[in-house]
Amino acid sequence: MGYPHSHELEVGTILSRHFGDPKARDLNTWLTYGGYEGLKKALEMEPAEITTVVKDSGLRGRGGAGFPTGLKWTFMPQEQKGPHYLCCNADESEPGAFKDREILRWVPHLLIEGCLVAARAIHAEHVYIYVRGEYFPFTNILNDAVVQAYEAGYIGENILGSGWNCDLTVHIGAGAYIAGEETGLMSSLSGGRAEPRIKPPFPAQSGVFGSPTTVNNVETLAAVPMIVVNGSDWYRQWGTEKSPGTKLWCCSGNLERPGNYELELGVSLKDVIYEVCGGAPNGKKIKAVIPGGSSTALLTADELDVPSTYEGLQEAGSSLGTASPIVLDEDVNIVRAMRRIADFYAHESCGQCVQCREGTSWVAQILRRIEVGDGRLSDLDTLYDLCEQLTGRTICVLADSVVFPLRSSLDKFRGEYEALIGGRP
Amino acid sequence: MERARDVKKVHPAVVSAQAFQVADHRPVERLFEDAEGKDRRDKALSRYPEKKGALLPMLAYAQERNGWISANNMEEIALTLDLTPAYVRSVATFYTMYAKRPVGKYWIQVCTCISCHVNRGEEVFEAFLEHTGTRAGEVSDDGKWTVIEAECLGACGFATAVQVNDQYFENVTPETVPEVLAQLEKGGSEE
Ligand SMILES: Cc1cc2nc3c(=O)[nH]c(=O)nc-3n(C[C@H](O)[C@H](O)[C@H](O)COP(=O)(O)O)c2cc1C
Ligand code: SF4
Ligand code: FES
Repeated sequence: MGYPHSHELEVGTILSRHFGDPKARDLNTWLTYGGYEGLKKALEMEPAEITTVVKDSGLRGRGGAGFPTGLKWTFMPQEQKGPHYLCCNADESEPGAFKDREILRWVPHLLIEGCLVAARAIHAEHVYIYVRGEYFPFTNILNDAVVQAYEAGYIGENILGSGWNCDLTVHIGAGAYIAGEETGLMSSLSGGRAEPRIKPPFPAQSGVFGSPTTVNNVETLAAVPMIVVNGSDWYRQWGTEKSPGTKLWCCSGNLERPGNYELELGVSLKDVIYEVCGGAPNGKKIKAVIPGGSSTALLTADELDVPSTYEGLQEAGSSLGTASPIVLDEDVNIVRAMRRIADFYAHESCGQCVQCREGTSWVAQILRRIEVGDGRLSDLDTLYDLCEQLTGRTICVLADSVVFPLRSSLDKFRGEYEALIGGRP
Repeated sequence: MERARDVKKVHPAVVSAQAFQVADHRPVERLFEDAEGKDRRDKALSRYPEKKGALLPMLAYAQERNGWISANNMEEIALTLDLTPAYVRSVATFYTMYAKRPVGKYWIQVCTCISCHVNRGEEVFEAFLEHTGTRAGEVSDDGKWTVIEAECLGACGFATAVQVNDQYFENVTPETVPEVLAQLEKGGSEE
């Protein structure tokens, strides 16, 4: 169930059942909760069979892009010439997102199990869990679980007597959003600056340390054990054809009950915001919602009645992203909020691409100018122009990320910009 | 949080993920001369197919040990991992959590990113500056405090989020800032 609040609309079955229960961190208790059954089953299956179950379940990557997980695993070479690696992406740094941390914090063994099952499916001999540096308290919890699992024979050599070996290493970052981008993560993990690189080669061809690699998000991997135990049809009882299953929502901003909730994909976004989270506090009206984390297009309060699926939010002109709605109430100054978002991307740009390095800070500067009353109407054209320059021209999509909230705010809240500009041409 | 101090107890699987920025660091001139440093280095090296993989763990260790990462430490790490000092510097300076100069005993990072921004994040930041009597980024006269603004700390539902060394403080308001500081002076709090 959700943390710190729960709601009757939740399906707290897969990821969040033991949120808030510190005993679940202990291996022995975890086993009494049915822990590691997925691993035991996977050890009796052929790797390709595991991949097929996950593929049939329709599970999609929870790191933001929604790429089908089973399909991604089939990209790994079937003929093994050297080591394969699995990287679990626990860099969670998208403003608005705080779901992976609750998995690390409450159910570390679920994540470890998911990592091992996935590693078996892709013939990986070593799993790296890359956790963002700031998450020390949650990393410490994960660390204790990893050591316990090693000592009990769930990780390491001859796992549970199966003859299969797999190591797992926890690795921490040091404060760089861009280390969450998969090629940036691999560069950081191998001892470099977290600079993304052009694909191809794709990670499955040449990834970390030059070997075939799969990168998956924490929440994606945590969903895997139950799918393996219960089968793909079981998972499909929730969600829609294109967006099956449940999803952890992390809701923040101006909300009565912010926090994590595990909900079936497909519930109306409006229900998430008003029913589950209780709307804005103090009886305030909601002005806008950024539905999928700060890099998604904002929706006005009138546009919230959309099914919260990958396809539903896309049709609404936004994106499900990491399912991290940020709610802005009637008192929020949209220009100021956009400036704060632009500051984030300007700060986190790795600096390799000119458009991104310069463009993100220009956006922030222009917004700051408008915010303090020094803007002009022509600035709005410049901002639209920058949106063009920042779209689809860079190594990774960090540059595009600032465009989605910015352009949607210009389209939908032009009046607020103009009011601050006051008619100067 | 007293953790991972007993050298032999650090399992190699988690040696690359020890909390740094700890308030009670134990300064050392050279990182890899005592038993602890050697142990950390060797265990980290055992987890990556290339020596370079141990770079972030070693930078983190330098900060855990000394509270910040000096040019000498970077050079020592470079020598240990067969890298050039310039390369190590280029990596160390890329990441915001590595302190390149000494910081206060309590390194206070206040999130003012979007979800905290709409929950008085900037006011909380100002309150920390006021109550510690410092300006952003400087070390207070008694060496205790350094306050900086941070980007999203991944605790957006618990705004305003504040990180102090290896701990989180959540739902902080300008009014509760003195409580947080008092708690730290008494020796910190759990989660
Ligand atoms: C700028 C940027 C930042 C990203 N940050 C994260 C992150 O913090 N965590 C994450 O899982 N994925 C992040 N991603 C997505 C990853 O590149 C990758 O698609 C994902 O980890 C794959 O896992 P999945 O297929 O399980 O979703 C980011 C992508 C970009 C472009
Ligand atoms: S788009 Fe930005 S963050 Fe991505 S590689 Fe280019 S400069 Fe770096
Ligand atoms: S916005 Fe402050 S923790 Fe995410």
